Amino acid sequence: MGKIIPNKNPMREQPPEERIKNFNEVPYGYSPEEAIAEAHRCLQCKKPLCVDGCPVEIDIPGFIGFIAEKKFKEGIVRLKEKNILPAICGRVCPQEEQCERECILGKKHEPVAIGRLERFLADWERENIEIEIPVLPKSTGKKVAVVGAGPAGITAAADLVRFGHTVEIFEALHEPGGVLVYGIPEFRLPKAIVFKEIDFLSKMGVRLHTDTVIGMIKSLDELLEEFDAIFLGTGAGLPWFMGIPGENLNRLYSANEYLTRANLMKAYLFPKYKTPIAKGKRVATVGGGNVAMDCARTALRLGAEESILIYRRAKEQMPARNEEIHHAEEEGVNFQLLTNPIAFHGENGWVKEAECIRMELGEPDDSGRRRPVPIDGSNFKIPVDIVIIAIGNSPNPLIPATTPDLEITRRETIVTDLQTGKTTKRGVFAGGDVATGAATVILAMGAGKTAAKGIHEYLISGEW
Amino acid sequence: MVKILQKEHIVPNIHEFIVTAPDIARKARAGQFVIVIPDKYAERIPITIADWDNEQGTISILFLEIGAGTQSLAALNTGDEIFSFTGPLGRSFEIKKYGTVGLVGGCYGIGAIYPLAKALKECGNKVVCYSEARSRFLLYWNEKLESVADEVRYSTTDGSLGSKGHSHDLLKKDLELDEHYDKIFAVGCTYMMYKIAHTTKPYGINTIVSMNPVMIDGTGMCGACRLEVGGETKFACVDGPHFDGHKINWDVVLNRRKAYIEEEIISKERL
Repeated sequence: MGKIIPNKNPMREQPPEERIKNFNEVPYGYSPEEAIAEAHRCLQCKKPLCVDGCPVEIDIPGFIGFIAEKKFKEGIVRLKEKNILPAICGRVCPQEEQCERECILGKKHEPVAIGRLERFLADWERENIEIEIPVLPKSTGKKVAVVGAGPAGITAAADLVRFGHTVEIFEALHEPGGVLVYGIPEFRLPKAIVFKEIDFLSKMGVRLHTDTVIGMIKSLDELLEEFDAIFLGTGAGLPWFMGIPGENLNRLYSANEYLTRANLMKAYLFPKYKTPIAKGKRVATVGGGNVAMDCARTALRLGAEESILIYRRAKEQMPARNEEIHHAEEEGVNFQLLTNPIAFHGENGWVKEAECIRMELGEPDDSGRRRPVPIDGSNFKIPVDIVIIAIGNSPNPLIPATTPDLEITRRETIVTDLQTGKTTKRGVFAGGDVATGAATVILAMGAGKTAAKGIHEYLISGEW
Repeated sequence: MVKILQKEHIVPNIHEFIVTAPDIARKARAGQFVIVIPDKYAERIPITIADWDNEQGTISILFLEIGAGTQSLAALNTGDEIFSFTGPLGRSFEIKKYGTVGLVGGCYGIGAIYPLAKALKECGNKVVCYSEARSRFLLYWNEKLESVADEVRYSTTDGSLGSKGHSHDLLKKDLELDEHYDKIFAVGCTYMMYKIAHTTKPYGINTIVSMNPVMIDGTGMCGACRLEVGGETKFACVDGPHFDGHKINWDVVLNRRKAYIEEEIISKERL
């Protein structure tokens, strides 16, 4: 063990003034030399706390040890034992709240850049070697339907197929990937990477049906005639609006609509791709999560002169990752904090102004964060051409609406046992945002893994 | 992949595709729609299901060729596969015995009221259809409608067939002559549906209109199709597309329809 290097090896990035003119990925990723240097910072703890911090329990010191020895192939094999989507997780997981938060080095210095190393191995594999298909066990003869090809569904599918079950995925949209494809922008997660990771599933024998809205074309009971179990990973897709005047004006979007147009439908390449998206000089995004950052940064890339982010609490309470907030700040997003819209005003049907009120922080609320309280008489107006509402989503109601024996909570999530993924309907499991409410990609993946185990036990024992 | 078995250019700018979609045919009900993407560059286009044949495993869609998307769709031919085809989506019309029912169809809506007329007739309703177009040569499916409805009344703005004027003019005349309707359904262009709702309101006849706003996913995910009904925001794709025409805020509907006029022109200039 050499001398401790206090800081992470920096990752090269596109400079802000360049990147706001394109949709290319912002960080470039480590070179092999940089990755090896970073891997050498790992203390190879006997009892690695980082693994406890990982929702999918990756052998983190194990794969990092291989990088340090320049054994990249062994490293990726070790990584993929637990995580089938490392190129995605290395990019979008909130490592600072998970593995890296537990890293011993982080107590005094910066933690090991676990996320960057994970990304490095996945990218190295994709670019340098033929991706190896794991040897699958003998077929159990059981069939599982996975509904939704987002992070929860594809993770569940990957584990189920490795348990020896036959798996078919049903996806409502024309592309698989769920939020990874319709929501997270190209500059944060290139779609080619997502499709490559999903292609890996097809190579393992998972059959994918796109354009298939379960609940409409087939009910869960009809699926249960063909399949022994069902996993529901349908996500949180129903956008919330604020319920204030002027929200139906033109050029006022839900974050889902704005991002779906830009990402899934490739409206940033309009008119080559025919789905349009409004372009304006002044774009206001309402919200403080990762999705809000994605919207505000997308607006800049679509040519906004000013991208304004309106958030009702202070920066410290923002749910977005620090890295995303930092990138947004670097790119010049104008943060209007402790501010909340109370109405949108239009001209001839087009949104023109966001009327806002300033807020101050009061007593903590149910979430433990200090409650924002409006300051009387502090109203002011922000001129805008486009508004994007990014304040969250609830689960899609299509399946519960057509499945009366599936219990849902007051928050419209599906009642699910978080230990096994079991719902209130025999043979039906759920996980991810549809069970917990809107959360992160890695938590959805963790839930997909838990449910895959639950499904496997159910299929082998036959006991509910 | 969904394949086009038969393509017919029914009247100028209106096309019918019969496509292989056995799973959709099994589930389709009157008033539901599909979302179609003609090719990988195109938009997602919502289109009403006009008919289906469960035994053959086919469904029929009728669409007006008007924007860049529908132009790309119209460019496909018999034997071609459609890039993406999803359905059935939306809620169906509520089919039950109402008594005497008036069905108003214009444009693609003439096709859309056909399965509705059939289903309502099978339930024992008296069904009167109002089919409208600019001129006689733009009307279609006359015989098909006549085969399932008790009566079909035509109106053309040039007077070349039936009553001269619009369907709402004809319906108004009929209502003034004390004709009785227990329920009215209208499917077609927004303005026509608006006028029909306006016409029936003084008579207190429950009037269902089939909304066709801009949509993307069609499953409740984006909220592009939202409209205001009875003071509440509703999503046409999952809460509708059928709503009480007397409760709709038509100003919001008409305004939201023009959201992409400029982009539509740019798109078409490229074709």
